[in-house]
Amino acid sequence: MTDPSSGPDSGGALPDQRRPAPTEAGPGVVKRGSFGANGSGDTSGFGGLVRRPWSPAPAERPYGEPFDEVTDALVAAYPGSGEAITKVVVDRGELTFHVRREHLVDLCRTLRDDPGLRFELCSSVSGVDYLGTPDRLHSVYHLTSMTYRRRLRLEVSVSTEDPHVPSVTSVYPTADWQERETYDMFGIVYDGHPALTRILMPDDWDGFPQRKDYPLGGVPVEYKGAMIPPPDERRSYT
Amino acid sequence: MGLEEKLPSGILLTSVEKLVNWSRKSSLWPATFGLACCAIEMMTSGGPRYDLARFGMEVFRASPRQADLMIVAGRVSQKMAPVLRQIYDQMPEPKWVLSMGVCASSGGMFNNYAIVQGVDHVVPVDMYLPGCPPRPEMLIDAILKLHDKIAHEPLGPRRAKALAGQKHELVASSVRFGK
Repeated sequence: MTDPSSGPDSGGALPDQRRPAPTEAGPGVVKRGSFGANGSGDTSGFGGLVRRPWSPAPAERPYGEPFDEVTDALVAAYPGSGEAITKVVVDRGELTFHVRREHLVDLCRTLRDDPGLRFELCSSVSGVDYLGTPDRLHSVYHLTSMTYRRRLRLEVSVSTEDPHVPSVTSVYPTADWQERETYDMFGIVYDGHPALTRILMPDDWDGFPQRKDYPLGGVPVEYKGAMIPPPDERRSYT
Repeated sequence: MGLEEKLPSGILLTSVEKLVNWSRKSSLWPATFGLACCAIEMMTSGGPRYDLARFGMEVFRASPRQADLMIVAGRVSQKMAPVLRQIYDQMPEPKWVLSMGVCASSGGMFNNYAIVQGVDHVVPVDMYLPGCPPRPEMLIDAILKLHDKIAHEPLGPRRAKALAGQKHELVASSVRFGK
């Protein structure tokens, strides 16, 4: 890693592929301040903190060694890949395809079965909430190929008004409980799932806890004579 | 008073209350309710170094029907709370509850939607033990304090007097619900 022949702009010890990609304005809301401190009265400086949402810019061909191979194999094996894949991102040595939900199951079946791709293992199905964008709920699939020792990420975006995504349990049975967890925490409804029920919260729970607009739900605690509010309500001077 | 001097040696006199309380505390069988990290410390207390067997408590009964003490060791989530209540209800009287660790006593560091903020929202607790996790010596101290509490439990007419102002009467369920 410490290559003495590397030039001054090599970015330090990171090999080319692990370098972060250039960024563009990304999905989500601007975050200001810390712990709800806004307006005047906060002299700590935390109120001046502004974090703008960013996401890696779409990647240009050539992507870099293993990703080109995967993309070419996928385009060859899945004829509809032009409309299925909306965006390709190569960032820090990881390949992500943003996929339309209609093509998700067929694409997964191709990724699993094609001899050049062979992504047999669905490592994880999880969710992300980018509050502030129209399609704020993302369902993220991490696929692993054990034959070729490489990984891939698929991302499907849906809105809260129509949070339906086809279920990949017919292709990857391991996604069963993972999709239940994503449904429980984000409210993404997986059509075609054998038994989509809550898995972490009690069965009759209201709301989807890991969405960004769900409150933390803490109680004030008495400590050394004072009532300390829960963490998301502290340091508010307004 | 003067009776004990007149008895031959080898005979002790005591009251039924003291005898019953002593037998209850000397062989207090815990029910396993190790939920999270505090369970590790509870297991360590049962191990050879911090031996719970010296107090007659090495048998952690898996079945609540055979247990006297429920040590709630660990955080109780919203989904686990009805299960906890059901296990508590399945224990026969007399029973005690020791909430071990800060998560069982008050929700601990998890002040959020998913964790019950104190197991006393679900079951009546006799001994609270803070700590994250409490050391085995702290658990044994709490157990000994609970033994002390059990040893001084009033029975008989003293109990009726102590509980006189309380709402529930100690009526056997076969009498209360029988025809």
